[in-house]
Amino acid sequence: MDDDALYASKQEAHKALEENRVYLFRYALLRLRDKGAAEDAVQETLLAALENRSQFSGRSSARTWLVGILKHKIIDQIRRHSRDAKLYAQHDAHYNSMGDESDFDSLFARDGRHWDRPPQDWGNPDKTLEQKKFWEAIELCINLLPANTARVFAMREFMGLSTDEICKDLEITATNCWVMLYRARMSLRECLQLNWFDNEERKE
Amino acid sequence: MKLLSCKDATKLMSQAMDIKLSLPKRLALRLHLAICASCCHFRTQMSFIRDACRRFAGTDEVRDEKQRDRV
Repeated sequence: MDDDALYASKQEAHKALEENRVYLFRYALLRLRDKGAAEDAVQETLLAALENRSQFSGRSSARTWLVGILKHKIIDQIRRHSRDAKLYAQHDAHYNSMGDESDFDSLFARDGRHWDRPPQDWGNPDKTLEQKKFWEAIELCINLLPANTARVFAMREFMGLSTDEICKDLEITATNCWVMLYRARMSLRECLQLNWFDNEERKE
Repeated sequence: MKLLSCKDATKLMSQAMDIKLSLPKRLALRLHLAICASCCHFRTQMSFIRDACRRFAGTDEVRDEKQRDRV
């Protein structure tokens, strides 16, 4: 590569990084739920991308290539912080197991056998997903989850890790993990019911 | 066989999204769902939430994962 071509490829790499930085940060934040850790993961991705830019030959889009690197950096961050995360997760799980019997009780009749507010038909899922405002509603609901419950949920649903892998990474028991996932799902369902499906204003 | 409460059914439905349930649990849940319309809605809502979250996160990495939440 002559100097001009080298310079051009460097310019191009910088441009791709600048254009995708915000996207990458949001991607990382959604999974790590920690601004510092997300910044670190993005920073490491940008550095790795610059160092290895010769490997990027326009095979895929720059964003796909960068996200591929970022995924590894996110897992690194989770492992690096697993000691802290473990403490938090245990705290959450403890809180969860304490609160488990009462937190969702209002949804059920006193005997716990039947629903007090039975789940309704949410209608055509494709139509819901087409609505732009729905994505604001779900983002709000995800952001309302407690940070550590959200992190476990993100590892499972956004990154597709198995509960075995999550338990290993966070050093929590399978039961803790299921309790946290259950809580996350119940909270999201309730939140979507209130903020989207019961919300008449959504129909513009 | 003891009939499941709706609350226990929701716990099993959540767990079924993560692992394959034991046969007795699967049967108990299937029996419950056969007679409980509300929990059937709940199950549909859970898979909707999973779909929506995956699209929201913009991930393709989990799409090909085997659907485990069949009862």
